[in-house]
Amino acid sequence: MTEPVVSMKNINYSYENKSVLENINFEVPHGSFMGLVGPNGGGKTTLIKLILGLLKPDQGSIHIFNEPIKKLKDQNKIGFVSQKANTFNKGFPATVFEVVSSGLTSKIGYLKFLKRTDKAKILEAINQVGMLEYAHENIGNLSGGQQQRIFIARALVSDPELIILDEPTVGVDYENVKRFYELLNHLHEVHHKTLLLVTHDTGTMTEYATDIVCLNKTLHFHGNPEEYTSLTEKDLSQFYGHPVNIVTHNH
Amino acid sequence: MLADFFQYDFLRYTFLTGLLIGVIAPLLGTFIVVRRLSLIADALSHVTLAGIAFGLMAEKKFGLMIAPLYSGMFFSVLGSVLIERLRSVYKAYQELAIPIILSTGVGLSVIFISIADGFNTDLFNYLFGSVSAVSQNDFFMILGITIFIVLVVTLFYKELFTLSFDEEHATITGLHAKRIHLLFIVLTALVIASSIRIVGVLLVSALMTLPVAASMRLAKGFKQMMLLSILFGELSVIIGLVSGYYLSMPPGGTIVMVSIFILLLSIGIKRLNSKPRKARNSA
Repeated sequence: MTEPVVSMKNINYSYENKSVLENINFEVPHGSFMGLVGPNGGGKTTLIKLILGLLKPDQGSIHIFNEPIKKLKDQNKIGFVSQKANTFNKGFPATVFEVVSSGLTSKIGYLKFLKRTDKAKILEAINQVGMLEYAHENIGNLSGGQQQRIFIARALVSDPELIILDEPTVGVDYENVKRFYELLNHLHEVHHKTLLLVTHDTGTMTEYATDIVCLNKTLHFHGNPEEYTSLTEKDLSQFYGHPVNIVTHNH
Repeated sequence: MLADFFQYDFLRYTFLTGLLIGVIAPLLGTFIVVRRLSLIADALSHVTLAGIAFGLMAEKKFGLMIAPLYSGMFFSVLGSVLIERLRSVYKAYQELAIPIILSTGVGLSVIFISIADGFNTDLFNYLFGSVSAVSQNDFFMILGITIFIVLVVTLFYKELFTLSFDEEHATITGLHAKRIHLLFIVLTALVIASSIRIVGVLLVSALMTLPVAASMRLAKGFKQMMLLSILFGELSVIIGLVSGYYLSMPPGGTIVMVSIFILLLSIGIKRLNSKPRKARNSA
């Protein structure tokens, strides 16, 4: 059996005595498309920061690719896509090619320049997200959905095994969200990437994810989409900490 | 018109040094502007003034021959390191580092000037620049600094760009963001100290930011903006120096006014270009 990509054991984390995560035990299986859901303030982003090594847990251990997180030598095995399309400086005068090339900076290493093969990789990553015709456009001139694709290309260019996405569809309209999920599904199915997606958009996510984890300070649920959709309003109310009404609709 | 600048040594060194700072000031200015750190140049230029005042005071009062360019450079680099330290102390209010260092620079300058009982014209030249202020030694020192800065920026271009565009992502991918930032700010301090003889303390930040502000309106992509900034910087320095000399004005003022003219021109060109596009889109 393949080792999990991420393994967290007995994780506790608090910000200035305020507990955010308590006794978290979970694994991201190799080759999975995992959706991480939970209410605001439930600790999702903290969990992601712990996996990325930006925070250190108060207690517990984190293994990435079967290595303790501190000993992880190749950070480029993890690609990260944040809510950047919402928050980045849209006036920054950089072309799509330049932005995606920044995803290779640490992989190429200090005192080395982009080679022809690196340039080919950059164009390939841009092509993978369907944005090749915009390669030499300034990123600020693109729409929110297009910009988010470019940030995925930046994460893809170093050929990571795990891609973590922190609420990447915030502020993106429904049509583009749908296309965005199709792109993620393509990366998962065709390019065999392991994906960990933080989202509030549980409806669309259940169509594509293989695993779903519900987090609100502690781990409330870990199962497949069928199990998740069979949760009752009572289960979800307990998890979110307030009454929840399930509304279904066809787009 | 340029004949005098090649005939007299002091003018030749000023002109050649002007060409050098026309490259390095906008080169680093590009990173400063996109990182929204434009005011750092002002803070460091005032710290440099303190260093220059210290050098002049040491010479006048104690007979110590410390070249003001070197004491200015030392203070500027020290100020840049302190800014970095303060930015890490006040993580939620990083911009506080700038007024703290700026006021320290002004405060120290006033104290050193007062101890030395004033410096007359020398100090005026440092404040607004001078066409006759660059010695042969200064020129070779600034040439060395220019070569060093161009080399470092070339070698670390991709790291500087990555850090400027998205610091969080740079850190996640394993870049040593703090070290690269420190290197960058020390380079900035060297550029400011080098530029002060010609442009002056009060106007040096303009040479780092105005050409970038102009090129930002016209360029496609970061590299193009950098090259265009250098071109605008060179134009400003050449036209500003020559006109300053013939009009008997401090070159700092004329260089900045040429930069402003280029900036206004670029804003106009951008407007003219965007109008037909808007008209096409609405048709």
